[in-house]
Amino acid sequence: MADLRSNFIGIKSPNPFWLASAPPTDKEYNVRRAFQAGWGGVVWKTLGSEGPPVVNVNGPRYGVIHGADRRVLGINNIELITDRPLEVNLREIKSVKRDYPDRALIISLMVPCDEDSWRDILTKIEDTGADGVELNFGCPHGMAERGMGAAVGQVPEYIEMVTRWVKKHSRMPCIVKLTPNITDVTKPAEAAKRGGADAVSLINTINSITSVDLDLFAPQPTIDGKGSHGGYCGPAVKPIALNMVAEIARNPATAGIPISGIGGVTTWRDAAEFMALGAGNVQVCTAAMTYGFKVVQEMISGLHDYLDSHDMEMSDLIGRATPNVTDWQHLNLNYVTKAVIDQDACISCGRCYAACEDTSHQAIAMKPGRVFEVIEEECVACNLCVDVCPVEDCITMRELDIGEMDKRTGIPRGEYANWTTHPNNPMAARAAE
Amino acid sequence: MSQARLSPGVVPGRLTPEQMAANFVDVAPPLDRHEAHVAADRCYFCHDAPCITACPTSIDIPLFIRQIATDTPDAAAMTIFHANILGGMCARVCPTENLCEGACVRETAEGKPVQIGALQRYATDGLMAQEGHPFTRAEATGKRIAVVGAGPAGLSAAHRLAAKGHDVTIFEARPKPGGLNEYGIASYKAVDGFAQAEVDWLLGIGGITIKNDHALGRQITLESLQADYDAVFLGMGLGGVNALRAAGEDRQHVTDAVSFIRDLRQATDLVTLPVGRDVVVIGGGMTAVDAAVQAKLLGAENVTIVYRRGQDRMGASRHEQDHATASGVRLICNAAPVAIHGNGAVAEIEFCYTASSPDGLTMTEDRFRLKADQVFRAIGQTLDGTPEAIALEGGKIAVSGPGRTSIEGVWAGGDCTAGGDDLTVTAVAQGRDAAEDIDAHLTGRPVSIPG
Repeated sequence: MADLRSNFIGIKSPNPFWLASAPPTDKEYNVRRAFQAGWGGVVWKTLGSEGPPVVNVNGPRYGVIHGADRRVLGINNIELITDRPLEVNLREIKSVKRDYPDRALIISLMVPCDEDSWRDILTKIEDTGADGVELNFGCPHGMAERGMGAAVGQVPEYIEMVTRWVKKHSRMPCIVKLTPNITDVTKPAEAAKRGGADAVSLINTINSITSVDLDLFAPQPTIDGKGSHGGYCGPAVKPIALNMVAEIARNPATAGIPISGIGGVTTWRDAAEFMALGAGNVQVCTAAMTYGFKVVQEMISGLHDYLDSHDMEMSDLIGRATPNVTDWQHLNLNYVTKAVIDQDACISCGRCYAACEDTSHQAIAMKPGRVFEVIEEECVACNLCVDVCPVEDCITMRELDIGEMDKRTGIPRGEYANWTTHPNNPMAARAAE
Repeated sequence: MSQARLSPGVVPGRLTPEQMAANFVDVAPPLDRHEAHVAADRCYFCHDAPCITACPTSIDIPLFIRQIATDTPDAAAMTIFHANILGGMCARVCPTENLCEGACVRETAEGKPVQIGALQRYATDGLMAQEGHPFTRAEATGKRIAVVGAGPAGLSAAHRLAAKGHDVTIFEARPKPGGLNEYGIASYKAVDGFAQAEVDWLLGIGGITIKNDHALGRQITLESLQADYDAVFLGMGLGGVNALRAAGEDRQHVTDAVSFIRDLRQATDLVTLPVGRDVVVIGGGMTAVDAAVQAKLLGAENVTIVYRRGQDRMGASRHEQDHATASGVRLICNAAPVAIHGNGAVAEIEFCYTASSPDGLTMTEDRFRLKADQVFRAIGQTLDGTPEAIALEGGKIAVSGPGRTSIEGVWAGGDCTAGGDDLTVTAVAQGRDAAEDIDAHLTGRPVSIPG
């Protein structure tokens, strides 16, 4: 059986599934339940400076996006960092870590952007026994208004500066948590690396308004008739997170920096995808908030199954897909596929037809008896029919052999060639002159 | 068990009022909002959806289900009512497994169709429970139209005609409107007086007058209607019942299933309604099942449906057959009645097994008898009292196109016409389409028939 034990920047955990710094990790009670359920590690919900803690709203703090049958696809929140006194959190962290020495326990931190504040908090957490710190440069709501969280994470120079302070005043491994609310995630990642970060974790939540109450005319969650943008997370954000993880993993300036993948990890498969793109482990929140801590058991068994069935170790998986993430211009323009409909599997719903006929290339014919057939002369292989078909594997894409005629273009499939050498590319034309 | 339950003969009160009430509750309770949303989420919103094609009234089912899913059930109801003004009753009585649900691609995919009928009921019940009527009439045309029969066909035609600004008078032979909805379907399919409530709601559009106890050929004639109205729509259904043509058919307690169902539907207290201990129903359609199941629910000890052909040929849908057997009704197929025995009242009924051949059904020598103190005939109904001038086809009124009869200015629809399938929903479609044709004929406006 594949070994799921994880060593992430020297922090050991029995599996690569950590709970992200978030509401589920705010208290000893929850964290103990998480460890009992089998979570490999926990990033304790963000601590602030000593003194009166922050306060949260006393109305709803979560908004939701539902899929069919009220399946939770995304949650946004306007909760701040921990609203419990620092000394209580420190006492609890110490108590939990003492009882669970084999689990990873990382403390998330967010204090004002001055060296004294950071030195002070690092001193205070020193004897908790925690395994590392995560710098919360990502929280997009509330704290950002006070110059912390995403307000730091959106300025690479601040990231570098604070990371440097942390490395200067602490021997703990340091993970910098990045905000996705920027245009190019490689810039803050590079800054974290320059500052000496041992790893980055991403993504934090995305600025969002999940919905608008059409009676109150206010964003949800609504607090006394008003709403504020919150941080969006859950399955809906996974594609955005995957891309950002891949961008950092393949950026020469940041390549090789350990990445803790976060963003909509709900099943073992999501975790495996993050790892394939370069994440050394994953952090989870929304799945636990939706289904409870027990979900980790499916993640563990699923990852075991996958690795065993592919005769791989976790180290074989991590980063395995990274080299296959490339720029559009390098994609093979002579890779030609055509949609194929399995008539035995087809249930004749006609969604492929409606999608292709109305919004694509009129490449599916509807024949008597509700028989749907691909017109290869029109099919550009866009994959929309595959995407909208309700039956898995009913429509597939067949790759043409080299030399096989593409009935749409009338040109036989050629060898690999991309845009950089394509005759329609003015840049390529100049290069050839 | 009460002694009354085992009393011989045809007697009332076999069950206690409590048992009776429990037996006759809604056979398919309505979906609540959550159930409706779960069910609606399963619809694939098919292109040119097969369920629409399978619906005689061509309701845009994927659209109304999407409207439910997006929490606008009243809009869903209007999508239904635009195509089928009796969508509420059809949601209850349609053999959906043979129609929309039978065509659902989820049936192909998983053997479990989207619950279209239940969703239709969810939408229509919600809108019908609200004050007022959702349709408004077009500007008055001054045209007057006579509709014969306040059943599904007549009501559907009347509503469409009223909506288009015509004034409609419905002549109904019975004391109440509703036709088979009121008199001819099992009570548990339309509880709480739904048939009358639906008629009242439908009449809310205005411009429709119903004259009960007005039968064609008695209180009114086709000639007088033609003289007094701009157009006539005939939707009087089938008034006659086929005979068994078995010896002894005149014995006491050998009656028509439709009469039994009618009496049951009109009874104010089911405990007063007599039923046999050993009941035999002859026939294989919906009426046979409705009569048999209700006889069982009234407390009959043994109820048997005997059908002369194979089970696959039964007019009752598979769902109905299963409902019958699950209710404790026994099904015997391939047997035809030959004689009814008894001294005054029926005591036994004798059958012979049948065999089907290319030449049709033949009787075999193999016979058996069933104990019976009550026998119901449910072997089809016949048109009765039609004006002589009108052309018939196979014993029913011949129509062409949208319900045009052989007489200019006279349209027909529903069970009284040839070529139908004796379904409520088909009658509704025919009434609607005839109304559109009448309107086009009288005003020159284009017809708008869905589907």
